[in-house]
Amino acid sequence: MQNKVNKYLRSEMLPHIWCPGCGNGIVLGALTRAFGLLDCDQDNTVVVSGIGCSSRASGYLDFSTLHTTHGRALAFATGIKLARPELKVFVIMGDGDSTGIGGNHFIHAARRNIDLTAIIFNNSIYGMTGGQSSPLSPLNSKATTAPQGTLERPFDLPELARAAGATYVARGTTYHANMLTQLIKNGADHKGFSVVEAITACPISYGRRNKMGNGYDMLLWQKEHGIPVERARKLEPSEMEGKFAIGELHKSDAPEFTDIYERFIDEKQINHREAKKA
Amino acid sequence: MKDVAQLARLMQGNEAIVEGALAAGLRFFAGYPITPSTEISELLAERLPLYGGKFIQMEDEMASMAAIIGASLAGLKSLTATSGPGFSLKQENIGFASMAEVPCVVVNVQRHGPSTGMPTAPAQGDVMQARWGTHGDHAIIALCPASVQESYSLTVEAFNLSEKYRVPVILLTDEVIGHMRERVVLPQPGAMKVIDRKKPPTGLEKYYPYQPGEDGVPSVANFCENYRFHVTGLAHDESGFPTTNPEVVEKLINRLNDKIMEHVDDIVLSESWLTKDAEIIIVAYGAVSRSAKKTVKEARAAGLKVGLFRPITIWPFPEKEIAALSRQAHTIIVPEMNLGQLKLEVERVTSGRSKVIGVNKVNGELITPGEILDAIIKL
Repeated sequence: MQNKVNKYLRSEMLPHIWCPGCGNGIVLGALTRAFGLLDCDQDNTVVVSGIGCSSRASGYLDFSTLHTTHGRALAFATGIKLARPELKVFVIMGDGDSTGIGGNHFIHAARRNIDLTAIIFNNSIYGMTGGQSSPLSPLNSKATTAPQGTLERPFDLPELARAAGATYVARGTTYHANMLTQLIKNGADHKGFSVVEAITACPISYGRRNKMGNGYDMLLWQKEHGIPVERARKLEPSEMEGKFAIGELHKSDAPEFTDIYERFIDEKQINHREAKKA
Repeated sequence: MKDVAQLARLMQGNEAIVEGALAAGLRFFAGYPITPSTEISELLAERLPLYGGKFIQMEDEMASMAAIIGASLAGLKSLTATSGPGFSLKQENIGFASMAEVPCVVVNVQRHGPSTGMPTAPAQGDVMQARWGTHGDHAIIALCPASVQESYSLTVEAFNLSEKYRVPVILLTDEVIGHMRERVVLPQPGAMKVIDRKKPPTGLEKYYPYQPGEDGVPSVANFCENYRFHVTGLAHDESGFPTTNPEVVEKLINRLNDKIMEHVDDIVLSESWLTKDAEIIIVAYGAVSRSAKKTVKEARAAGLKVGLFRPITIWPFPEKEIAALSRQAHTIIVPEMNLGQLKLEVERVTSGRSKVIGVNKVNGELITPGEILDAIIKL
């Protein structure tokens, strides 16, 4: 397995820039193994990323890679996918990147059901800039811009994605790394807009301020708070208080945008030729 | 060959931009509705699919700019169209296209501002925004059509320059030219030269996407064509990967500037009319240059030696040409539908050799020939 997936990494770019204890490397590992399971063709795959800690991942992956502007990764990816629908396109974003500055692009990519696989590294914080609260920071959690705790409710990312029209929605954690690999693989196999939220630890900028311990302690926190969706569905809301479901949360079939557009082109050209003949 | 009369058509400026873009090989458009540019979107929604091209109305202006950069990296000639407020929103990603050297064309049909201003009224208030709207030092090319015919030909030129120099090119038109209808004769298909971006040689063992050629322009491959590489808006070395090495970054930023400034003779277009013996020169661009032409005629009829210099390329600014004119003319008049943006450049280049006078109007109306003539009479 290791040899099979190593080719997906630009090993000359390693070691990565992430802090000790950061979970991003585990997400990158899960993603890389998912590429292996998918037997991904490096020459026909594009990896697009936004701005932030997580978005540096594109530089470590040996594909055509595009490190874009803050929040806009999905919009760049939409251009690539619509221009060349035959390409497989993965999009890597952070929580602030995808739901703060890029929130509009996120819901519209979901609305179009364009065939992109979005992986959101959710560390509950703006890490690259030193620990400001994000739209996914839990209520009352501490951040440099919320010294007494956040006053705003966070998004529930999978609920947001599903409501906006995403046809594959899953959530994993860096503790459940094998599950995360499988979720990414299934998301990529799904035709349509796929969202995989990866809960990852930022011990330096989030954990420390919220007294969650080191990277290891934060992994254990994920183990205790991430409840497999099959079990979560049987629990009372009070039993799920403070916990979150993991696994495949939503899957549905709907026409995919670039497919629709290709058919539209065909029909339009046929109609045009016939109108000309007439 | 059909005769010219048969090929002549009545056409709107924005429509001519669409025809020009298609002639240049446009295959991807992303946009967001905004007056007075919307006709470009509407026409391309209809026309592009017939060419096998793609049209998408994005969720906002930032997304439109991002999508055309993505499509261009995927190999398609790409366009977006907007007006002042949308142009402001696109600026961050225009900077990305400058830094990552992604060819693309942005049409800005200028309207009155600042802010929402008067959406259906013309202005030329985005001259400096076109040059410096995105942060950091960067290369840019901006072209200014003055007729419907030129809206066509300069759109082809915009694509050619963008592909040749791997730089975003701004077609800086205005509401008057965009919405005006006049007679045009479109060239036969293939009559205008169309330039495509150069491709790297195949089979290289190690590929450096950002290694410049002799012209200072790198041969960046299209995505998924022969090479795998990284594209970023971070400062990067020739491999495309980020660096903070001061020497490497200094070289990169200078190259982004030099690849344009060292080719001004190839890029800068202008028109001189009755300037040979002129003692007074009007420097006017876009819709205002049409008024200025009439002014020259009236002034000449009154025995005044007045000529017109029309920058067609406004960025890079035609420095050499205007410096030369300032050695012959005692006065240069710069009429603009703003409070004197290009006048600053004229003053800079003429270095006090000529008196530079602005004729400025910011009420949403076109400057009239009489208003420019008044400024001449007052001298």
